Amino acid sequence: MGWAGPVLPVWAGSQERAIVAAMVDKRMTEDEVVSELKDGMTIGIGGWGSRRKPMSLVRAILRSDLKDLTVVAYGGPDIGLLCAAGKLRRAVYGFVSLDSIPLEPHFRQARQSGAIEFTELDEGAFYLGLLAASHRVPFYPTRAGLGSDMLTMNPELRTVTSPYDDGEELVAIPAFKLDAALIHMNRADAAGNGQFLGPDLYFDDLFAMAADKTYLSTEKIVPTESLLDVGSVHTLRIQRIFTDGVVEAPRGAHFTECPPDYGRDEAFQREYAATARDPEAWEAFRATYLEAPSHADYLKALEARS
Amino acid sequence: MSSIAEATIDEICVVACAEAFRGDGEILCNPIGTVPIVGGRLARATFEPDLVYTDTVAVLPANNFPVGDPDAPKVVESWVPYRTVFDIVWSGKRHVLMGASQIDQWGNQNIAAIGDFRQPKAQLLGLRGAPGNLVNHTTSYWVPNHSTRSFVASVDVVSGPGYDRMRALGSPSNRFHEVRRVVSNLGVFDFQTDDNRMRIASLHPGVTVEQVVEATAFELAGTDEVAETRLPSEEELHLIREVLDPGGARKAEFR
Repeated sequence: MGWAGPVLPVWAGSQERAIVAAMVDKRMTEDEVVSELKDGMTIGIGGWGSRRKPMSLVRAILRSDLKDLTVVAYGGPDIGLLCAAGKLRRAVYGFVSLDSIPLEPHFRQARQSGAIEFTELDEGAFYLGLLAASHRVPFYPTRAGLGSDMLTMNPELRTVTSPYDDGEELVAIPAFKLDAALIHMNRADAAGNGQFLGPDLYFDDLFAMAADKTYLSTEKIVPTESLLDVGSVHTLRIQRIFTDGVVEAPRGAHFTECPPDYGRDEAFQREYAATARDPEAWEAFRATYLEAPSHADYLKALEARS
Repeated sequence: MSSIAEATIDEICVVACAEAFRGDGEILCNPIGTVPIVGGRLARATFEPDLVYTDTVAVLPANNFPVGDPDAPKVVESWVPYRTVFDIVWSGKRHVLMGASQIDQWGNQNIAAIGDFRQPKAQLLGLRGAPGNLVNHTTSYWVPNHSTRSFVASVDVVSGPGYDRMRALGSPSNRFHEVRRVVSNLGVFDFQTDDNRMRIASLHPGVTVEQVVEATAFELAGTDEVAETRLPSEEELHLIREVLDPGGARKAEFR
């Protein structure tokens, strides 16, 4: 075998259309995902605030009979909608924000009316709860929380003392064991390899690893050999060994942002936020957008807006 | 060219925020809120050129660029997704300048909720990153509305712990804790007293001791001899007005 020219790194562009071993096909619909969820489950939701949230999956939960859920998220309109629809028993979060609207109004109402139980953690400590579950250890230690009211607000949190000579006391952030996780990726293959093309993966890989079952929605399902057509190898951050279902949902993160595919729909988000102050507006919003029987119907309702 | 005599309160506060970062060297400058952001960028553009600066959407831009313009050209020097931000917090190489809905004489800060946190009268931002920030690296605060509702005898929720709580924890937990300064629309405050109680470091031009005492629900130290907050230089005014905030976004926090 002779030298056949420069060897390009695998992240240099499209892959040779080589024979790809037949892989499991995990394609399913939003409603099929929800049929695998049960009352009382603990469900992690990826993304961050009002960014790359699996909204078509969240809406499928809203139109189901599921109840008494615990949701674990860097929260945005996912937590707000689940609060407004009365689906939550408890929210576990680092924050709940719409980014351009700093306070999620439906979540705010739920907190002020005492409608939900809550576990509010330091944003970085929250990351360690996901990491501990991913690594199957009971906790990760951190200094975050010492001296603040994080420990007062969460009396179940415990501290540990370093077994080494320093003897430092640290907060033990318990593993967030998830029954299921929902994440949204820019691209994926049918076997559940996921790709993010925006500036931040957030913690979606950890959500996938921390959950017994992970369901991934994506803007577009592409053949495995096309995964490097757009992004570099560094964007392939969700491995199929951690995913159980793949849902193709173009504009599936709407109205949250999903760059580079689309930005946040700020006008829609403002309309959503205003429904927290006006029961009639909420009813109209719910009837038009949340009762749409499928994601395709939701997209039609969006089209009718413009 | 602007003249120093024309410096307005927002520009004086921007410079007071910039001064929080003096001496920090090569760390992550992480201001939150418009006046702190213009201040952080000003510090890097002038007396702290080694600072790295986050734009909060996953990159560190190396150039000076205006606030409120998402399309402003950026020279990217590194990638810092949120996970890396937390790693930097825990490394200690960061100074955050953040808001405080309530702050007390020891520097305890509340951005979480008003009332009982179990069912608050008003849910605010939440703990956010304050608990981790305070025990890992230097923190400063910006309070645009100095009154007895913001400078309180006791905060409703401690998001960022102050000196009394860190003293109670003791060593080694308190070794990275520093509340460097609090900038308000009335003056600059620090904790350079024997027992780390808040004191007046300087008052903005035209603000009297009586006025600030009246607007503060606890006893402030340093009321005997009070300095005046330094005014922006010609260069600083030029940078604030023409380069960093030509649209005047900073002024919205004073309305």
